Amino acid sequence: MENKVLTKNFGLKDSHLLSVYESTGGYQNLKKIFAMQPVDVIEEVKNSGLRGRGGAGFPTGLKWSFVPKDSPKPKYLCVNADESEPGTFKDRYLLELDPHRLVEGMIICSYAISCHNAYVYIRGEFVYPKVQLEKAIEEAYQKGYLGKNILGSGYDLEITVHRGAGAYICGEETALLNSLEGKRGMPRLKPPFPAVVGLFSCPTVVNNVETISALPYILDQGAEAYRQFGTEKSPGTKLFSVSGHVNRPGVFEVPLAYSLKKLIMEDAGGIKDGKALKAVIPGGSSVPVLTAEEALEVNLDYESLQEKGTMLGSGGVIVMDETVCMVKALTNLAHFYSHESCGQCSPCREGTGWAHKLLQRISGGEGRAGDIEELQKIADNMAGKTICVLADALAMPIWSYLKKFRNEFESLIKD
Amino acid sequence: MSFIFTEENKKKFEAILERYPEKRAAMLPALWLVQQQNEWISPEAMEYVASLLDLAPARVYEVATFYTMFNLKPIGKYHFQVCRTLSCQLCGAESITHYLKEKLGIEKLGQTSQDGRFTLSEVECLGSCGTAPMLQLNDDYHENLTPQKLDELIASLK
Repeated sequence: MENKVLTKNFGLKDSHLLSVYESTGGYQNLKKIFAMQPVDVIEEVKNSGLRGRGGAGFPTGLKWSFVPKDSPKPKYLCVNADESEPGTFKDRYLLELDPHRLVEGMIICSYAISCHNAYVYIRGEFVYPKVQLEKAIEEAYQKGYLGKNILGSGYDLEITVHRGAGAYICGEETALLNSLEGKRGMPRLKPPFPAVVGLFSCPTVVNNVETISALPYILDQGAEAYRQFGTEKSPGTKLFSVSGHVNRPGVFEVPLAYSLKKLIMEDAGGIKDGKALKAVIPGGSSVPVLTAEEALEVNLDYESLQEKGTMLGSGGVIVMDETVCMVKALTNLAHFYSHESCGQCSPCREGTGWAHKLLQRISGGEGRAGDIEELQKIADNMAGKTICVLADALAMPIWSYLKKFRNEFESLIKD
Repeated sequence: MSFIFTEENKKKFEAILERYPEKRAAMLPALWLVQQQNEWISPEAMEYVASLLDLAPARVYEVATFYTMFNLKPIGKYHFQVCRTLSCQLCGAESITHYLKEKLGIEKLGQTSQDGRFTLSEVECLGSCGTAPMLQLNDDYHENLTPQKLDELIASLK
């Protein structure tokens, strides 16, 4: 049984080339897809249970079905390749090693939502992944998989790669749309959701690179085949980026509900230098941290992680050994979120900076009585009170670090 | 010091415009073209971009200042950007920054060496956590860094 959906070509020589992708069956299914009704394509994706891999885990087919079919406006697809959640580095490999899988997935999604202009918003720092993707798009145009009247189907599609310029917030879907439109990357109020009012005020689907890259498999092998992986509610495979104190950091594709212990101890080669495990961030830096004990018994699916009070997020697994000072780790993250806050909402703009200053004071050994309570209060006043979830993305680490590693904070407070 | 695209970049800009239904969407691509031509984006260049996009200069200024990768002043020929976020910190990013400061003769982050060759910055997560510690030098990633690798890297620069 083939057990890889996204990374099966990674080991092939020149896996980024069109000829190699075609030799593994790539693009061979397009004629069959163009013979389908777009609504049936959406149905197949719905049946597969595919959920957005960027972090929120929203059902992909359902998202597409919100695009109004009777709207006279153009529809857009924006692929989110802004990969910027700390601890996440999976999309980069999809772009570098198998860009045609993304291109084919974009054709499938665009056809399903009747989009003729699709964009890839790629983070500005990803110069090499962008080059690889642009080469693939050029090859696809030359072979007639993109452009006018694709494979004689009468269907047209243009793909444009749009380069960001360094802003974490542009990974948030509405900030991404503003950025693409030539504005500052500031999130928009929802509703309206992008599916109704998105890019250039038109119906728009925003999906992550990994989500879109799963589509060629689903349309080729069928929804049922995709469901052989994972669980009823969390079907399919997922890429996990493992970093920090492990012997073999890297990106691993595993079925959802895979054991986190196995991922860390076997796939990633266990903890470096024979040290003990202290904590794990399972889904990118924004999600609540797990203690070693919790991490070693949890499975990697949306529901199991939720039961443990955390989230699957982007699948960025950051592993911390016994030597890590959790106050310093949280200070590092507070610096990140403070730097990346777009400044639009006061609770986030002020809260992230304030939390960072307090944490700097505590980790510098200058913490004062009441600082921990203050930090808690700042987090309470950030979460859920802003346009997007960047404020929550710092509040969640603050709450969980304070709850699970409180003694480390207390030991740094001067009486 | 006025700014104007080279003939080649003018053509590139025209081709970019065709990819979008609204002119303003060519903002980031246009600013990238400016930076590739001139290494940094001057207020005059922002005015030039504004005129191309039929926008008030403030619309360009607010965007150019929002994104960290746009250089708003001249920088060194070689820009070292060390990732400082959690995974890199866990794997020793601080010692990489410290080592580079000494090697490049730069006291404070964000500064350029006296000969104008090197600029050293710390940046947030570059999406390369599995090969930490790492840095971006101009367009390229350099990963799994050690002092020896840094020495070789610096020696390779002309």
